[in-house]
Amino acid sequence: MRVNFTVNGRPQEADDVWEGESLLYVLRERMGLPGSKNACEQGECGSCTVRLDGVPVCSCLVAAGQAEGREVVTVEGLADYARHREDAHPGTGCAAGTCGTSLDAAQRWQARPTDARSAEAAALSPIQQAFIDAGAVQCGFCTPGLLVAADELLEACPSPSDQDIREALSGNLCRCTGYEKILDAVRLAAARQEETVR
Amino acid sequence: MAQHPRAASVPAGTPTKITQGSKTPGGIGESTLRPDGTLKVTGEFAYSSDMWHEDMLWGHTLRSTVAHAGISSIDTGEALATPGVYAVLTYDDLPAPMKNYGLEIQDTPALAHGKVRHHGEPVALVAADHPETARRAAAKIRIEYAELPVITDEASATAPDAVLVHEGRTDHHIGHVPHPNIVHRQPIVRGDADAAAARADVIVSGDYVFGMQDQAFLGPESGLAVPSEDGGVELYVATQWLHSDLRQIAPVLGLPEDKVRMTLSGVGGAFGGREDLSMQIHACLLALRTGKPVKMVYNRFESFFGHVHRHPAKLHYEHGATKDGKLTHMKCRIVLDGGAYASASPAVVGNASSLAVGPYVVEDVDIEAIALYSNNPPCGAMRGFGAVQACFAYEAQMDKLAAALDMDPVELRQLNAMEQGTLLPTGQRVDSPAPVAELLRRVKARPLPPEQQWLSADAEGSSVDVRALPGGLSNTTHGEGVVRGVGYAVGLKNVGFSEGFDDYSTARVRMEVINGEPVATVHTAMAEVGQGGVTVHAQIARTELGVSQVTIHPADTRVGSAGSTSASRQTYVTGGAVKHSCEAVRERILEIGRRKLGTYHPAWATAELLLEGGKVVTDGGEALASVAEVLQDEAVDVELEWRHRPTEAFDLRTGQGNGHVQYSFAAHRAVVEVDTELGLVKVIELACAQDVGKALNPLSVQGQIQGGTTQGLGVAVMEEILVDPKTAKVRNPSFTDYLIPTILDTPTIPVDVLELADDHAPYGLRGIGEAPTLSSTPAVLAAIRDATGLELNRTPVRPEHITGS
Ligand code: FES
Ligand code: FES
Repeated sequence: MRVNFTVNGRPQEADDVWEGESLLYVLRERMGLPGSKNACEQGECGSCTVRLDGVPVCSCLVAAGQAEGREVVTVEGLADYARHREDAHPGTGCAAGTCGTSLDAAQRWQARPTDARSAEAAALSPIQQAFIDAGAVQCGFCTPGLLVAADELLEACPSPSDQDIREALSGNLCRCTGYEKILDAVRLAAARQEETVR
Repeated sequence: MAQHPRAASVPAGTPTKITQGSKTPGGIGESTLRPDGTLKVTGEFAYSSDMWHEDMLWGHTLRSTVAHAGISSIDTGEALATPGVYAVLTYDDLPAPMKNYGLEIQDTPALAHGKVRHHGEPVALVAADHPETARRAAAKIRIEYAELPVITDEASATAPDAVLVHEGRTDHHIGHVPHPNIVHRQPIVRGDADAAAARADVIVSGDYVFGMQDQAFLGPESGLAVPSEDGGVELYVATQWLHSDLRQIAPVLGLPEDKVRMTLSGVGGAFGGREDLSMQIHACLLALRTGKPVKMVYNRFESFFGHVHRHPAKLHYEHGATKDGKLTHMKCRIVLDGGAYASASPAVVGNASSLAVGPYVVEDVDIEAIALYSNNPPCGAMRGFGAVQACFAYEAQMDKLAAALDMDPVELRQLNAMEQGTLLPTGQRVDSPAPVAELLRRVKARPLPPEQQWLSADAEGSSVDVRALPGGLSNTTHGEGVVRGVGYAVGLKNVGFSEGFDDYSTARVRMEVINGEPVATVHTAMAEVGQGGVTVHAQIARTELGVSQVTIHPADTRVGSAGSTSASRQTYVTGGAVKHSCEAVRERILEIGRRKLGTYHPAWATAELLLEGGKVVTDGGEALASVAEVLQDEAVDVELEWRHRPTEAFDLRTGQGNGHVQYSFAAHRAVVEVDTELGLVKVIELACAQDVGKALNPLSVQGQIQGGTTQGLGVAVMEEILVDPKTAKVRNPSFTDYLIPTILDTPTIPVDVLELADDHAPYGLRGIGEAPTLSSTPAVLAAIRDATGLELNRTPVRPEHITGS
């Protein structure tokens, strides 16, 4: 079958997709976007987390056909996505009553083409930078999924408590870090975000 | 390797003078950031499962569904006839006379031959154009098994009529083991434990069980094999030791080692689980047979069968002490289940026995450790390597002894703590700092986390945040029946390979001028598995060579062996090799400088010269020339091996011998809250104090300690591979049923780092990766015992052990 959907702001079509293929497989093996990882293919580890119309999902559990006509954001598009969010609603969050990215906003968003990458386009999103700075990346296999989940958390709730962070990231396993530095990274990104709003 | 000397030429203009040499930023001791960090957060880092090649096929392994059976027949016809299938291989297709591999003992068949010895053993291979086609074709292979009785424990392994797991063993351990179903046995006897026991006022003993833990690295076994034109093969793979893989792969492929070229691809964690081969030989066989690139990626289910696990253990311990708390003696017997193949079992036995006493002074000991062959899943290396199981038991014993003596458990430990100069049961003297009592003091002195953190007082009184309670969001308690406990533990781990192993590493360092700037390139075969070795290598090069730009060359087999990324050894040994090679590069650069520029300034001949900030600087801080001026278009290129002090084998009867290179120590204090009604445990805090000798990168050091601590926490309360005792089949090969700690299960882990230099090690550093995995498990267990008053002699603790139901 053929699947038409938008990945990181760009319309894509995948041909000859076998009915049983997961969204994760199509992204990794057909779209050439290996950023989303396959660590369990059971919906247990969160390494494959992407946003489907703004909602974080385990892409290993989504049949490719379910993505028909929808918007997918992977770790590869995270920086652009975050930048677009800033442009669209600078400094909004729970407090302002505008949690998350609306479907409308998600659909209007277009990524810059990766082949003509400007310095700005290559820059990292705040959560990506915070993961590096806080030492939250070791082997890094869990990182893409954690970044997508953490970015969504900060979008929905710009100043999360530690319990909020733990709850939001409880579907993402990391075997290397012991999570402490991941907490640090989310706190750091939240703090930096607050700085820029002020 | 030689530098490339050129005719000396005089630089234009005289060297810049009198600039104060400044330390190059980004050197050792700083928390520099990972060089692979940006790639990893953008999704561009190429893990072994991300490899892709034009025209590539997918490989799949068919594994045995039974644990112990003769193979009566294999019919591959239907599988081979499936459209899209390019090859189906069995044992008969192995090309070379060498059909087995193994780390020390070559007892593991590349594909099962006539017999399978454990559930999940590889029997056949398929290559197809889609992974699903390969899986479906594999399902069409018909295998007839004639089941054999399974050996699952010591009693069944050593019974008089026991079937031999490996008939006709010829390895060098067979001469000294009491039964062919025992891989290796190591006794350690020192003093007279029986006589000393007579002097004891109190004797405590206990039986302990340590469950089978899985490394559960997140990036599953995977790689890509590409056939090359010369009949060889290129293998891109995630592993812990490229050269060890190469030595095992090439003979089975029937190729000389230089026709198997290996490159490390991105590794998603390892923890010992990648020391043994998994898909390496299989992917190469399929690539060589089909003439096409073949990618293999295990899913999580297969990953549980694709690597060895931590040895489950049964331990019997006896300790005695005088009234005032001095240990009189220790006797123990440690039975490790090695499963169907030897893997690292002999070395695990060596560690378990030689470290069985822990970080305590006990002069009279009687120790025995054995590893069994059984039909359980093969066990081998995992973080802590034999020392973990022993630590679980001796720390439980310390608490038991303290209770019997009515002493404070930390005080009892401190009273008996080893220190620099202590003799180990092997007769080896500990010749570097051993701050055991101090580490315990530090974790104990830390203020306790506030009680009942789930209660948040607000204006109306109080409300409960169930997320902070045992059971969390499942909302199983609001604090009723929740009790707190505090427990302590400390552990002793060796660093590096022991028992006479030639534990060396190789580093190639090149310095050249690119765009007017000196650039150093470090090339080693070290497997970066997440630990941060690449970060540290760049720091070492900056420190030794005074350059800011350092490139880390991808790890491959075009440079000499770096040894394994395991045993906490890589920063010590490959770090040492990088330092050693950098020193040689520095000397070459200074020689070139003297030759080219020596006449410009007398200090070239007379002063002690250093490289700092891209310049040649005197020890007085005077800059003589920039490295760019010295080198011009010359490059200096050095490849050297480096070794730590030699060790020796343990005597097979007495266990005496200077077997270890270095020791690593960590202490933990665990604070837990237990819902005694439902048996649920929440770890509130798991504080660690560890001596790291010298923290080359403090941020990475903390990350390693916290990660190791969490793996110890996992085995304390949730992690265990369950093997059916009747069939030896694995019951929970999935992340749904094999639980590893989530961020909700993991508490804050404050880390207190001590830096007492080991004078024998580069920069005084101490291997750090494993020690925290030892002590966190017994600390959590001690805290649960403290909270509940229960004995709890096995890991992991399950709710039914707490509720008694
Ligand atoms: S790979 Fe999708 S949740 Fe683990
Ligand atoms: S960094 Fe390795 S799994 Fe998280």
